[in-house]
Amino acid sequence: MSINATLIGQMITFALLVWFTMKFVWPPLYQSLEERKKKIADGLAAAEKGQEEMDLAEKRAINVLKEAKEKSADIVNLAQKRANEIVEESKDAAKKEGERLLVAAQAQIDQELQQVKESLRKEVSSLALNAAEQILSAEIDQAKHQEILNKVSNQIG
Amino acid sequence: MATEAHAAEGATGYIVHHLTPLSVGEGFWTLHLDTLFFSAVLGGLFVWFFKTAAERATSDVPGLVQNFAEMMIEFVDSQVKDSFHGKSELIAPLALTIFCWVFLFNFMDLFPVDLLPMIGSMMGIEYLRVVPSTDLNATFAMSISVFFLIIFYSIKVKGPWGFAKELMFQPFGPWLLPFNLLLKLVEELAKPISLALRLFGNLYAGELIFILIALLPWAIQPALSFPWAIFHILIITLQAFIFMVLTIVYLSMAHEDH
Repeated sequence: MSINATLIGQMITFALLVWFTMKFVWPPLYQSLEERKKKIADGLAAAEKGQEEMDLAEKRAINVLKEAKEKSADIVNLAQKRANEIVEESKDAAKKEGERLLVAAQAQIDQELQQVKESLRKEVSSLALNAAEQILSAEIDQAKHQEILNKVSNQIG
Repeated sequence: MATEAHAAEGATGYIVHHLTPLSVGEGFWTLHLDTLFFSAVLGGLFVWFFKTAAERATSDVPGLVQNFAEMMIEFVDSQVKDSFHGKSELIAPLALTIFCWVFLFNFMDLFPVDLLPMIGSMMGIEYLRVVPSTDLNATFAMSISVFFLIIFYSIKVKGPWGFAKELMFQPFGPWLLPFNLLLKLVEELAKPISLALRLFGNLYAGELIFILIALLPWAIQPALSFPWAIFHILIITLQAFIFMVLTIVYLSMAHEDH
């Protein structure tokens, strides 16, 4: 249990160990720790920045989407309006065409009526002549019948 | 082995044999070869491990060795930052060295008490005390070195006159100068003595208990040595930690100007 020269030997060993640790062990390890700390801090900052940028981009995307929706709605409205206009226009055109056709048909009907009248008159007069001839051939009384014939002729004319 | 020694020399002889260091020389110039050898080997182990880690140190993903070394560094660094508020390139490496070295000293205590002495006796070494911290020389070597550092930093930070003033005029003012001086000297001297004796006492007692357990019949031994060894894991770490923290505290006190 005595204190002796071992003490001196131990102190020398201790001093050497401390010197070595101070010189070659502590600084590189501590430095690598500090570097990693910085790296992690940088990484975290970058991650945060990325998150912010993503939020921003998301907001922008939402805006773009909204704009596109509005634009498409406008386009659809415009198309609807135009389609309505076209329908109206074609309705008008059809109406006009119909009226025109109606007028033309009326004119043709009138013309044909006139023709029928004409042909009827001719036929009736020929029938009358025929009948008259037959009557005449049955009973001729020129004086008497001349009067009737005149009357008929007058009536027709 | 235990029972043989018990039979040959009696219990006292066995204990004394285990606590006798392997020494050469006479009087003061005696050298405890076992203490010197084991502390140097353990110091070499510590330095080798940390040097390997330091050489491979990168700020990228660390390996297992670096991870452990960095854990120790951070642990020591946080202790230093807690109590020491100056800037010093010495204190943190000093604290790391003390913690690891003392821990390795104490760790030798967990080897079976007869294992290394038996191997030694096979190689013709008669006495072998394997735990360096059961040697007062080893514990005092560290505490006296710390004491010198305390004196050195006190003078460096406060100046020779500032340190002398602190010794003479505190805590009771200039009118009680001799009393102050006495009080301060005792205070300063108590630091290395308490540091060394605390570590020595704990480990010496622990080792003694292991030796006493080894004297019991073999069937009882595991029931006692197992819990004591587990408890000792706590003690050896705690003692290393206490030595380190007190060193940091003493040195930070030396840096403070009143």
